Amino acid sequence: QRIEIQKLRQGENLILGFSIGGGIDQDPGQNPFSEDKSDKGIYVTRITPGGPAEDADLRIGDKIMQVNGWDMTMVTHDQARKKLTKKNEDVVRLLITRKSLEEA
Amino acid sequence: MDTESTYSGYSHYSGRSRGSHRHGERSRDRHKSRSKDSRSEKSVTINTPPAEPLLGDSSLRGEQVQDDNWGETTTAVTGTSEHSLSQEDIVRITKDLEDSVGLDCRRYVTRSVAVILGLLVFFTPLAFLVLPHILWPEKLQSCGTACEGLFISVAFKLLILLLAVWALFFRPARAGLPRVFVFRILLAVLVLLFVISYWLFYSVRILDSQDENYQGIVQYAVSLVDALLFIHYLAVVLLELRQLQPCFSVCVTRATDGETRHYNLGQLSIQRAALAIIEHYYCDFPIHNPALLSASKSRAAKHLAGLKVYNVDGPGNNASAGIAQSQSRAMIAAAARRRDTSHNELYYEEAEHERRVRKRRARLVVAVEEAFTHIKRMQEEEPKKAPGDVMDPREAAQAIFPSMARALQKYLRTTKQQHCHSMESIQQHLAFCITNNLTPKAFLESYLSPGPTLQYGKDHWLGRRWTLISEASVTSGLKDGSVFLLKCVDFSLVVTSRKIPYVQMSEEYIDPKSHKFVLRLQSETSV
Repeated sequence: QRIEIQKLRQGENLILGFSIGGGIDQDPGQNPFSEDKSDKGIYVTRITPGGPAEDADLRIGDKIMQVNGWDMTMVTHDQARKKLTKKNEDVVRLLITRKSLEEA
Repeated sequence: MDTESTYSGYSHYSGRSRGSHRHGERSRDRHKSRSKDSRSEKSVTINTPPAEPLLGDSSLRGEQVQDDNWGETTTAVTGTSEHSLSQEDIVRITKDLEDSVGLDCRRYVTRSVAVILGLLVFFTPLAFLVLPHILWPEKLQSCGTACEGLFISVAFKLLILLLAVWALFFRPARAGLPRVFVFRILLAVLVLLFVISYWLFYSVRILDSQDENYQGIVQYAVSLVDALLFIHYLAVVLLELRQLQPCFSVCVTRATDGETRHYNLGQLSIQRAALAIIEHYYCDFPIHNPALLSASKSRAAKHLAGLKVYNVDGPGNNASAGIAQSQSRAMIAAAARRRDTSHNELYYEEAEHERRVRKRRARLVVAVEEAFTHIKRMQEEEPKKAPGDVMDPREAAQAIFPSMARALQKYLRTTKQQHCHSMESIQQHLAFCITNNLTPKAFLESYLSPGPTLQYGKDHWLGRRWTLISEASVTSGLKDGSVFLLKCVDFSLVVTSRKIPYVQMSEEYIDPKSHKFVLRLQSETSV
């Protein structure tokens, strides 16, 4: 569990360079990254190459636990998206967990 | 103790009428059938020994011994069979005579008893009504209106009873069965007892005392007719309705080629179940074709030939018997190794046969289609052709038959069906198809696939004589796991029965408003 700091690079909009999936309003069984298929957390499903997420060493399959202090384990998909794309923030701090970290 | 009951039914379809079945066999007939059984047991067991000499004695030992052994074996085999045949023959002849005499006797006896009982039953109420008028007319009270109304009811009830008995019992018998129907005997006895008791009461109380109350007598007669109608209802339930509800599932397998069918039967006695199965057999099972079994028989003969190479010195020689046993085991092992080629042969032979059949079938279909195009149904509006051109169906069939005859015959020969269809029957079938506007495909259907036995001519029905072989008594009911055999001349049907399981069904109610759905997504948004 590490804290990663990402920069919002502004092309025109603030982009972080990854895609998220999951949420309490979604179907957890279809999540390919979760071990426990009833886990409704937010997972990183894709990372755009060369984006700020990749630079900050975010990996596909990471589960996002907190965003800037906001808890992400019990939010809907839309709420998570909003928390991540707040316009007035440059830096987004994420608390993530990953399977390899748990084993370590 | 095994009671094997075998009885060759010599009856044709005009067997014992069902009316005659209402009444029982005399005890001497039952006794006779039991004595027949013991004799038939003896005649059946003699058949088995000839198998052993064939395996045991035939040997190719030495040159000088060879011919003798060969001679011995042939005489041994025919010797035992001749012996058994001669004994069997006598037994069979006497059984035949006795059977035919016995059967006719049985039929006449049962029929006459049935008729007598029927007349007795029918005329009893009338006698009850008429006798007072004959015997003591002066003392009799006159019949009032209520009494005369009862006359009408008696008349109609007797009419209904007559019609009902005719409908239930006087149907042409389908078959002759080895033993009697237990239920029919029970009913006959019941009816007899009933009528006798009524007559006793009548004679003691009414005739002796010469009762004047005619209305009472008429009511008594009406009660008799009512009771007879109720007994008839009981007969309907016991004989017809009870076995309608399916209770057992029977599996019928033909011993020669393994054709299997399953049927659902109700609670029947074994002989009635056998009769129902035979009737299903005639319409469901494809015809028994002995020509198709020759291939497997020749393979079996080849195996047997491979095994025959060992010596048996003779009976009573223990050492050589021991040697023979060890030798035979070695021989069997060698034969097992040798068997590797036969499955290969079978595979290629079957593939070749399949190809040949398909080729001939294609030629046949084309030939028949072409032949059918030569014929056209004459329309009425066409100008009348010369009478020489106009043909009736039979002539038309004969006209187009030659063009397809060769292809058809070759196909039948390849599928080994040529003995089932004579030229006459083919032409008849062709005329039939032409008359009823059947397409060539419909015409061919009866030749391409073997149909049920009844489809072929009467000479192919292979005997309407069936032998029922069962360990349990044939009048006992079907049980779970009962097995019996139905033997015909060429083959036998093995029947096993299983009880249909008890079904426990429960109910679950679904509210039609409860069909609601939610959307479950796994969406991905990029941030």
